[in-house]
Amino acid sequence: MAATEADIQALEAAAGLSASRPGDPANVIEFRAVTKRYEGGDTGVEDISFCVRRGEFVFLVGSTGSGKSTLMRLLIKELEPTKGHLHVAGRDLAQIDRKKVPYYRRNVGVVFQDFKLLPNRTVHDNVAYALQVTGSSRKEIRAKVPDILRLTGLSTKLHNFPDQLSGGEQQRVSVARAFVNHPPLLLADEPTGNLDPETSIGIMQLLYRINRTGTTVIVATHDSHMVDRMRRRVIELRKGRIIRDEATGRYAPRDLSTAEFGALMREPAPEPRRVREPFDDFDDAFRD
Amino acid sequence: MKVGFFLREALRSMGRNAVPSFAAMASVLVTVLVLGVFIPVVQATTGAANDVRNRVLVNVYLKTSAKQPDVQRVRQLLTSRVAHVGKLQYVSKEQAYAEQKRRFPDAYQLLGSNPLPDTFRVTPDKPDNALKLRDALSPSTPGGGRTTIDPAIDSVRNSKDDTQKILVATKVVKLTTGLLAVLLVVASILLVSNTIRLSMFSRRREVEVMKLVGATDWFIRWPFVIEGVVLGALGGALAILLLLVGKIALLDPLTAQFSLLAAPNTIHFGMLVAVLLAAAVGVSAAGSGLSLRRFLRV
Repeated sequence: MAATEADIQALEAAAGLSASRPGDPANVIEFRAVTKRYEGGDTGVEDISFCVRRGEFVFLVGSTGSGKSTLMRLLIKELEPTKGHLHVAGRDLAQIDRKKVPYYRRNVGVVFQDFKLLPNRTVHDNVAYALQVTGSSRKEIRAKVPDILRLTGLSTKLHNFPDQLSGGEQQRVSVARAFVNHPPLLLADEPTGNLDPETSIGIMQLLYRINRTGTTVIVATHDSHMVDRMRRRVIELRKGRIIRDEATGRYAPRDLSTAEFGALMREPAPEPRRVREPFDDFDDAFRD
Repeated sequence: MKVGFFLREALRSMGRNAVPSFAAMASVLVTVLVLGVFIPVVQATTGAANDVRNRVLVNVYLKTSAKQPDVQRVRQLLTSRVAHVGKLQYVSKEQAYAEQKRRFPDAYQLLGSNPLPDTFRVTPDKPDNALKLRDALSPSTPGGGRTTIDPAIDSVRNSKDDTQKILVATKVVKLTTGLLAVLLVVASILLVSNTIRLSMFSRRREVEVMKLVGATDWFIRWPFVIEGVVLGALGGALAILLLLVGKIALLDPLTAQFSLLAAPNTIHFGMLVAVLLAAAVGVSAAGSGLSLRRFLRV
């Protein structure tokens, strides 16, 4: 699993080239100089530009208030950018009018930190709701829901209500609901924020498995240790700006099985490499 | 398939949110009950007030010396040349004598001859015009007294104090009941809309999640509207049932004895039921549909 510094740089250069070319049809997400300011004058994100290619697994990291959630909410068109353009699957989100937003959202699966399950529906009905919304027939629902629940390991909890499940299980339901329509893009905003490390690995394995079906997955998290262990592309935000975009996805083998992936997750993390700041020299000088 | 789905959704959410649903239904019930009692009461009161007002008269007394041609001339005058005349009733001195004699037999026993004049009892076209009519018939002179428009007319009286009292009192009664009715309607609308908002508020997260999953506004709204219709109809029906019981148990036995309760111009019970039920269903359905708007802006 070890990679030399030169390898990494070469790979990163190659990945960086292909990943950041704007207008490429292989880009699922394209941010072009996007700025979002809130009404109170707070800045959500400032001058963000990056592209995500189809099938990528991207981490958004940063401390609270760094703009991760703003990015996510921009992506599901809960917010409108103040400046700049945002394309998803080649479509400019600003062109989608309010009435069409629900139809757009059906193509984006979303997982939240607080699960956002419907409290008075069973696990089955929660997942089925995402299908009912699209006007699926009962036959389709009967075919698809048990399948996705089996994939997420919830077959035995079909008729439980959310408050009868553990946090990890609730998050699995939420992932199942997000993925039941097989959206080309899956967003997860702090999916493991409320969960213990072992359960978190389970959820990340699930997201990895979904990514392996070809779905682009974007995970926002503040758990940088987990991110460093996963060795995927990492975009780090600070105060609304991108301070690191490490396309390290290439040096973790792409066709890792889920079990191998889990093992990888439990390994100690490699050292992250950020864009160097003046203070880093200072820190290095005093490192023992 | 869709309609069935929305219906099932509505029923499910009513079952799951039993307490807010019950509160909404109860507020509709109370409102309809109060309105159902109040509408006939307002109508009976205004009816009674109008009845009293219609009794306002202007009496035109002729001179006791007036002959048949004079009477004819004054009648002509009243029917064709004076404004605001509604109904005209002629009471001859003989009729007046007979009438008075019947009422006070002892007093009239003492009288030898008939002291009463011929009288026209004039009902104004509108009760409010009684005083105008009086002024038309006997304009006031600069000296402070009053003349009459015809030499055969002795005096024109309408017992000024009584007329004014009746007019003011009935006006106050009508205004008060009207004001109360408006207040009641406003209070009912506020009550129902507040209850609905409260139950919506407790479910705003649910609505938010539905939006995030990609449900269209109407997909979310229909079950709520159906719920409003069902709850409104339920509350309205229960209230009408109570009204019916009240009518049969309390009102019907009394109408035989009190003419006011049997006022013929109050709303028909069947009509009342239809109006109340339509209002209950309409308000609660529109209320749930509209108060959802705020939470749909996600």
